[in-house]
Amino acid sequence: MIEENTLNDTLNPKRKFYQTRNFYRAIHNKRLIIGLFLVVFIVIVALFAPLIAPEGLFSMDFNARLAKPSGEHLLGCDDFGRDILSRIILGTRVSLTVGLVSQLVALLLGATLGMIAGYYGELVDNIIMRIMDVFFSFPSLLLAIALMTAFGSSMSNIILAIGIVYTPHFARIVRGSVLSVREKEYIESARAQGMSDVRLIIRHILPNIMGPIIIYATMGIGDAILTEAGLSFLGLGIQPPTPSWGGMLSNGKNFISVAPYEVIFAGIAIVFTVLAFNTFGDGIRDYLDPRQNQ
Amino acid sequence: MFRYLVRRLFLLLLVLFGVMILVFAVGRMIPGDPARVMLGERATEEMVQNMRVKLGLNEPVVVQFGIYFINVIKGDLGTSITQFQPVIKIIQSNFMATFELALMSVIWAVLIGIPVGILAAKKKDTIFDYTSMTIALFGVSMPVFWIGLIFILVFSVQLNWLPASGREIGLFDAFGELFRTGDFSVLWEAFSHIIMPSLALGSMFTAMIARMTRSSMLEVLDENYIETARAKGVKESRVINRHARKNAMIPVVTVIGMQIGSLMGGAVLTETVFAWPGIGRQLVEAIFARDYPLFQGIILMAAMFFAVANLIVDLLYGVLDPRIKLQ
Repeated sequence: MIEENTLNDTLNPKRKFYQTRNFYRAIHNKRLIIGLFLVVFIVIVALFAPLIAPEGLFSMDFNARLAKPSGEHLLGCDDFGRDILSRIILGTRVSLTVGLVSQLVALLLGATLGMIAGYYGELVDNIIMRIMDVFFSFPSLLLAIALMTAFGSSMSNIILAIGIVYTPHFARIVRGSVLSVREKEYIESARAQGMSDVRLIIRHILPNIMGPIIIYATMGIGDAILTEAGLSFLGLGIQPPTPSWGGMLSNGKNFISVAPYEVIFAGIAIVFTVLAFNTFGDGIRDYLDPRQNQ
Repeated sequence: MFRYLVRRLFLLLLVLFGVMILVFAVGRMIPGDPARVMLGERATEEMVQNMRVKLGLNEPVVVQFGIYFINVIKGDLGTSITQFQPVIKIIQSNFMATFELALMSVIWAVLIGIPVGILAAKKKDTIFDYTSMTIALFGVSMPVFWIGLIFILVFSVQLNWLPASGREIGLFDAFGELFRTGDFSVLWEAFSHIIMPSLALGSMFTAMIARMTRSSMLEVLDENYIETARAKGVKESRVINRHARKNAMIPVVTVIGMQIGSLMGGAVLTETVFAWPGIGRQLVEAIFARDYPLFQGIILMAAMFFAVANLIVDLLYGVLDPRIKLQ
């Protein structure tokens, strides 16, 4: 589905990638381009966070506690006199890492389980999918809370917990896609040629179900970032002094009547990032699955 | 239909059994010795040992799960360590507050989201469409607890219009009071407390419903039977309200059903922000007090409630759209 060549491209194989119709469609997809631009911006900020941030991780200025935004501290300071802008920039790493890696964990786990379930069917399918149903019967934030309580808070545990929460979603989608692909003639012909199961799945089934998986994963990054912020807000996620946006909201809410800046700006950072990934996800969906275009 | 129902109910029981195993496992994985937590720091080793025997913690895990399972079937979720009350009692006495909050959020979402979505579809590519859909895109990207904090900042701290936290009297009790005395002040009191938390909790839901209604409505308006209706000379308002809306609502109902879960998660956050005395806040307090029976009980009840709600939504789906054959 991704590399679906139009008739024109097939007839003129000499065309460069930027002359193809797919490329034309991509750059004329406003949501995809705007989303991509925003996402790249956020990734750059995360990568170079310590260089961009005006102040270091542990720099405190006790004379500037709860300071208003000023020339010296653009977004003001928190109750320890730490520069809010710097903490937001450093916090980008946490949100982005959790968002991306947890979706990757969910994708790998869920896709593997879904593929096994869909491909082998019957008893295997039943056992895997009933277990997925159990995880599905928990409201996602509550499952994340329960897992975090059991695992204890650390960066890798948050990633694991959110990854587990989203695993059943991927398993369901992949299983459904595999079921619809499994009966196609080209699968049968590959099997008739004596291709092994693993090779068949990797060479023929996987490429044909990549579209929905990519769409879902991109859309899920925003959700994962929101979940992380929620966990950190409750005090179950990233622990201070590591800067995380959810943690900053939790800290700032104690001073909301005297110095609301930490709450306002950390929240804007979350909204901006989630919006970027949602827009990007919408764009990818429009591009990969034009039939769903509104 | 009957066979389908029986099959689904059987699967539901299976899933609920799995849920119990998971909740039990999570309870066992929580760091720290429950007996030690219950008795406090000053308890002697002997007292802790006795407590472990009393709680059945020295039995094999399978036996422990058996005891837990039988207790749950009997409706006994254990006793809270910090509140010295049966967990089921605590859940019952906090249920109404959370239910009220969730109900209000759904009411906002339906009252605002559906009309906005329909209007945006009707006026596709106008300023109204763009503005409302941009707001909706922001709506689905904003954490509910942040919206709550911003509400508090604007309406409580700055304008001083609404109370920032708490719940004085239940909404239903307030209505009862209104009928008895004809006094509106009590109802306003209840309303002024619930308006911000419910709007915050319902914000993402409202945005999602508006987006879904719009796209579903646009799809339906493209159908042949709509063209037929228009060709017959049916008035446009009637085309929208009679022919299109009913069919466009089917996917919206699914979204409402699917979002019950995120509403429950959002309630935990919203209740924390607004100090709303509901189940969500009990859960957060239980976690930090290491009150593991209360924590386990709330998670278990939430999952059971959610599983049953999902089944009901699935069945409703078949009733709303007879074209879907349940099997």
